[in-house]
Amino acid sequence: MLKLENISYIVEEDGLNKTILDNVSLTFEDGKTYVITGPNGSGKSTLVKMIMGIETPTTGNIVFNGISLDGLQINERANLGISYAFQQPVKFKGLKVRDLLDAATGKSNDFKTLCNYLSAVGLCARDYIDRPLDGTLSGGELKRIELAMAICRKSKLNIFDEPEAGIDLWSFENLTKIFRSLGEATNIIVSHQKKILEIADEVILLKGGRVEKVGKYKQVLPYIQNNQCDKLRGEHE
Amino acid sequence: MNKIEKALLEKVSGLHKIPAGAVNIRRNGEIVKRNSTSEIEIVPKTDKSGIDIFVKPNVVGKSVHIPVLITVGGLDDLVYNDFYIGENADVTIVAGCGIHNSTCNTSTHNGIHCFHISKNSKVKYFESHVGEGEGSGGKVLNPITKIYMESGSQMHMETIQIEGVTSTIRKTFASLKDNAKLMVTEKLLTTDFQTAKTQFDVNLLGENSSVEISSRSVAKNYSVQEFKSNIIGKNQCFGHVECDGIVLDEARIVSIPKIDAADNNASLVHEAAIGKIAGEELTKLMTLGLTKQQAEETIIQGFLMGDN
Repeated sequence: MLKLENISYIVEEDGLNKTILDNVSLTFEDGKTYVITGPNGSGKSTLVKMIMGIETPTTGNIVFNGISLDGLQINERANLGISYAFQQPVKFKGLKVRDLLDAATGKSNDFKTLCNYLSAVGLCARDYIDRPLDGTLSGGELKRIELAMAICRKSKLNIFDEPEAGIDLWSFENLTKIFRSLGEATNIIVSHQKKILEIADEVILLKGGRVEKVGKYKQVLPYIQNNQCDKLRGEHE
Repeated sequence: MNKIEKALLEKVSGLHKIPAGAVNIRRNGEIVKRNSTSEIEIVPKTDKSGIDIFVKPNVVGKSVHIPVLITVGGLDDLVYNDFYIGENADVTIVAGCGIHNSTCNTSTHNGIHCFHISKNSKVKYFESHVGEGEGSGGKVLNPITKIYMESGSQMHMETIQIEGVTSTIRKTFASLKDNAKLMVTEKLLTTDFQTAKTQFDVNLLGENSSVEISSRSVAKNYSVQEFKSNIIGKNQCFGHVECDGIVLDEARIVSIPKIDAADNNASLVHEAAIGKIAGEELTKLMTLGLTKQQAEETIIQGFLMGDN
């Protein structure tokens, strides 16, 4: 179980304090899939970065399976069983897809295993394992490999920040299949997409850095439709 | 050869033992082993230290190994090796030098290699430089490579120096005729107070001649590197220089690329990027469970050992 307790994040901009997250408390139960949604700038990505340790809350505490994550480095959190797929995949000069999947799993994988990891995201290992993870791959390919890196770790908690962004021709159906296939894991997905919200056990709507509503998709939907964000509302009408 | 020499030989040339083909192994300024074949002849120079290597025309798929080992301190070794590659040949040449210096006196190797590459022949040239040994004496390597390429010839030069070399000045000069093609990949890692200077001077004389130079380097601690390149296009030709550097700690990398289109049909490009390891690369690897140090090592390993 993951608990966020009174998380606030305040940054200084032009000499003024700006509140990005305002006293957010949430509980994520084991084995469930949560989708965090909300308008741009509502604090969704910042919130999940705090779980991974990429950002540090100004106040508040995060507890994962009874362990306070306060002060733990990103890698220590990863080794407790948290995986994270970035919204914008990181490129490397020289590191190959195989190197990254080996790093993600902490071992040297044979071809068959790498094939399993990549075919889960619709890629053929033969074409990709020796490719460098750089600008020679398309945005969609990078994104799918980013997902494969998170999934292959078989973590207790998976965080996906806008997994649908840049998924080129690959369909949302495949993406939702992946989330359904993650078995016992807890999944936290940041998304705007209706099809992804529909698979959530619970949808969390953030607005202005605060939790506006938590519930089943149909319960949260009216709040999304009342939301002032045109893009988000458009997705759900 | 003793254990140290065998280990050094493997590091420099990838050889576990002395190979059967054309070979010339030089140790502490003297020849340990020399072997010619019916297709590749190695002849000692009579006027100065060094060898002439003659590859006969149309020889395909053969290799020559000419590693140099230095295992004593206070040696200043100078050698001239000239390669004459016959027409339509396709060969691999493995050179390189390893210095194991356990003394407080500096040892230096100055290897001057000159390639005469005939029409339509192809050469793959691997050069590896290694410095090791606990002694405070310097391990200095100053290679000079001169490449003369006739019409339609190709050369791929891979040069690598990973740690241990106290100081190096590496100069490469090339002159290319019609349709000749040169590719150079350089990989450098310096640490402590080491210095490395690299200079490429390329003359693109011939129509449709081309050169691609890719340098990747990592400077750690207080080490200093300087990369200079000067490509002159004197015909319809193509030249591309790319210099990527990662600086860590208090290290410094200076890059001075120069391109000169002496003919208005020349197309020349240079790119240079120097900086720290990108924070997002470290963060990504840490989300996979690597410590910051492991992430740094993984990124540097990939950067230096991956394909350019």
